Amino acid sequence: MKAAIVATLLIAQAVFAAPPALKLWHGYRGGEEQAIEQAAKAFTESTGIPVEILAVPYDALSSKLTSAIPHDAGPDVFIFAHERLRQFHRMKVVAPSGAGLDRSKYLKPAVDALEVDGEFYGYPLSIKCLALFMRDERALPVPTTTAELEKLMVDAANPAKNEFGLAYEAGDFYFHAPIYFGFGGQLFDAQGKAQFDTPAMSNSLSWVKSLQDRKLMPKEVSGALVKTLFNDNRTAMVISGPWFTGEIDPGVRYSIHALPVVSETGLPMAPFLGVEAAFVSSHSTQADAAQQLARFLSVGDATITRVVTGRQIPAELAAYDNDAVATDQMIAAFRAVAEKGTATPNTLEMARVWEPMKLALRAVLQGGVSPAEAGALAQRRYRALNREAPPTTSPVPYLIVLGVGFIAFVVWQSRQAKGKSFSQRYPEAGRGLAYVAPAAAGLAVLVVVPFVIGLSLSLFHHDAGDYSFVGLANFTDILTSKGYRITEPLSFYYTLLVTILWTLANVVLHVSIGLFLAILLKEPLLKLRGLYRVLLIVPWAVPNYITALMWKGMFHQQFGAINAILGHLGIAPVSWFAQWSTAFAANVITNTWLGFPFMMVVSLGALQSIPTDLYEAAEVDGASKWTQFRRITLPLLRPALLPAVILGSVWTFNMFNIIYLVSGGEPGGGTDILVSEAFRWAFQRNEQYGFAAAYSVLIFCVLFAWSQLTKRLSGEEQS
Amino acid sequence: MSAREMPRWKMFALHAGLSLTCAVTLYPVLWVVKLALSPTQTLSMSANPFPESITLDHFRDVLGTTDAQGRWLFGRQLLASIVVSAATTLVGLSLAVTAAYSLSRFRFPGKQSGMQLLLVTQMFPATLMMVPLYSILQWLGLLDSLGGLVLVYATSSLPFCVWMLKGYFDTIPRELEEAAIMDGASPSQVFIKIVLPLARPALAVTALFSFMQAWNEFILAATLLNDASRFTLPVALQRYVGEYKTEWGHFAAGALIISAPVMALFFALQKHLVGGLTAGGVKG
Repeated sequence: MKAAIVATLLIAQAVFAAPPALKLWHGYRGGEEQAIEQAAKAFTESTGIPVEILAVPYDALSSKLTSAIPHDAGPDVFIFAHERLRQFHRMKVVAPSGAGLDRSKYLKPAVDALEVDGEFYGYPLSIKCLALFMRDERALPVPTTTAELEKLMVDAANPAKNEFGLAYEAGDFYFHAPIYFGFGGQLFDAQGKAQFDTPAMSNSLSWVKSLQDRKLMPKEVSGALVKTLFNDNRTAMVISGPWFTGEIDPGVRYSIHALPVVSETGLPMAPFLGVEAAFVSSHSTQADAAQQLARFLSVGDATITRVVTGRQIPAELAAYDNDAVATDQMIAAFRAVAEKGTATPNTLEMARVWEPMKLALRAVLQGGVSPAEAGALAQRRYRALNREAPPTTSPVPYLIVLGVGFIAFVVWQSRQAKGKSFSQRYPEAGRGLAYVAPAAAGLAVLVVVPFVIGLSLSLFHHDAGDYSFVGLANFTDILTSKGYRITEPLSFYYTLLVTILWTLANVVLHVSIGLFLAILLKEPLLKLRGLYRVLLIVPWAVPNYITALMWKGMFHQQFGAINAILGHLGIAPVSWFAQWSTAFAANVITNTWLGFPFMMVVSLGALQSIPTDLYEAAEVDGASKWTQFRRITLPLLRPALLPAVILGSVWTFNMFNIIYLVSGGEPGGGTDILVSEAFRWAFQRNEQYGFAAAYSVLIFCVLFAWSQLTKRLSGEEQS
Repeated sequence: MSAREMPRWKMFALHAGLSLTCAVTLYPVLWVVKLALSPTQTLSMSANPFPESITLDHFRDVLGTTDAQGRWLFGRQLLASIVVSAATTLVGLSLAVTAAYSLSRFRFPGKQSGMQLLLVTQMFPATLMMVPLYSILQWLGLLDSLGGLVLVYATSSLPFCVWMLKGYFDTIPRELEEAAIMDGASPSQVFIKIVLPLARPALAVTALFSFMQAWNEFILAATLLNDASRFTLPVALQRYVGEYKTEWGHFAAGALIISAPVMALFFALQKHLVGGLTAGGVKG
């Protein structure tokens, strides 16, 4: 009995004393995910501290971290690449590692990557960089210089059969960077500002362009294409990173090597080094335990697990002495590359390099801009994107104007109401309001308040968590298109024009196709009517982000279905995203597919409401089908179609998913519409929330004007 | 004049045209099916929309997803999706129905400007409302809860639902209600017994829209929820899109699984769809 009580007490104590669980967030998949789960389990076994793991979709992880941590809703430890460290640091979401980090234990470039202003953050787990993959069966010698590489490519390629010497994602600056550095390129000038217009830029691009023009390399390469080509033995070599080993078919033999030296300069192609680290949240309530977990994951058995199960390239030096790791050719090859590499700078300036570089790369590789002009193009884009913060002003005058406006409104309202008492004017107000109240309350809190905050954000400038009041400066910058010409894709007016064209093209196509099909389907003698109708509604039921990704694949230049069909018809393949007209057309085609069923259904309903005796009477009078359509169908359809058209135009105007996922704004941001432009300013250009909010307010103004116009049009209709 | 006879060739042309349109429409969908059934994880790049070899592995993987503790993750996420979407539909519909009825039948101050405000909030891009929304939900203690998600979904689809339903209520003659009142029915009885049954097509359409919105959304769900077993299915689907590679086979299989219930609902509600969407508009 006594023993039982003691035992119960002991258990109770153990339960109450059990430390609260540490939260760990990551974006890993597959083997890497398994490895991190095993390592966390080992941590719990050795310390008794439970770990709760959350695997977040990779795309959502960064924004989830920066929203959750400042609100104390985030994890204690999270795993992320070091490039975002500077932003995390400025938003104050990471805690320094302090004495817990023994820097001598890790590869030097991996630790260096985690430094911000003399302080170190997080514990390096693994490194990622680019290397050269070669298929063994081709028995090619390992190239040490670009001249040798080029010769191998000429021998291995067979343009007639769509076979290439080398494949890599040439349109992405991450992949072009080693070549740029090999040609002597420097990303930053003496003042630490990004520079683009350098000899290395034009030399490296001319080389790549010549490889592509001679068909030694494929065009418009995506990761999926590289994988297909390598597995089908249609390219002898590939430049990619450690993740690529998981993509290679099991039967394929290959070896991995350092990238060659550029013959013209004698400099090695030095890839960017990405470091994945376990960071400790600055808001963790169990800071010590969190540091302990982060450190645990980065050393010892946890590292071996990550290498063996997760196929990671370890940052910890001791791991390379382990038997299982030392004999692994892939790990050894990447280590050799990594030791010579330097980590991608984690500075804010680095974050500003990507978009201009990508623009220049694509412009050259898709034709249209010569390698010599690329630097200037990128430089101009860089200047436009990184506008100076407008001067801070006092909000007082704005508040006064707002206050006066409010008072005037109240006075005007009460004047209006004069004469009749409230209950005379609104006899049913009580019941009416009671019915509306629940919806109104919900809307006020969850829609109107964020909406008003969004509106007022447009008067601020945002910089890494700090907001400064700048008045109307964001608007004047946008409307005077400060920093770029009105005819450039970045200008508001250019984008507005594209948006209007986009909306117009879509609505016209949706309505005409929808109406046409509805008229066909209305035919009462038609058999299988129900079946056709069901099949034609299908696009509406598929989530639109899935649709967008599918069409994007179908528009691929070399391997997409659309060009394959055109090929059967004897038409040369179209590089859809290289010119504005075809990229725009690709967007419109996708969105038309998506949107015509809605208009079809609306038209079907409207057609059914037209009495059939009207047509019979017309037929008796000898009116032709066309006359019947013009005189009966169209006029009677208008009142039903008009609201649908207005709604459809507002939806299309703000159709972000299709633009973002299909053309992605290519070429050079030319097909971006206002919403996707606002999104870029908010999330891809150093979080300029204020500027993006100003864009959103302008979108809102345009749509508001449009709705007033249509209201007047439909009002005239009624009277 | 008896039922119009249609020449053979004309009927044939009609069928040919419609079949061709259906083929074009279904072509991309067949591609997804092909990806889901092919044994590889790669995008297959040819004009042929039919799989060369068939395997159900991707479906098995997606349906059988488990977490580190060996619990059936897919089942829990499916349940979370169903709960969220059903609750969104219920909450959204009941809020929308009462508000729309009031806007259609009663006069009260602020009605016109309220209606305008509803439309206006739809014109502001949603991405920028995310930051303040997060703070508001924290203030309400609704972060990381399915309830919070339901409220956000229900309110964000409200403007559309209210406008739809109000348009439909406007077409229902008031005389019916007045007659019922004469017969001694209470106002709430009139609303529930007379107005709602008459508005069935519009209710069906509105319900479908609310359901679809909640069922397909993933950005908010991924940001607000902190527990894998409560992720909705689209968030689970996003997990197959990685930083360096996308598991296309799994993604396609998951996409089909997610689309299937919505398609089923569409087909079940087809008839209502045609009537419900337009009747509101007919009167303008």
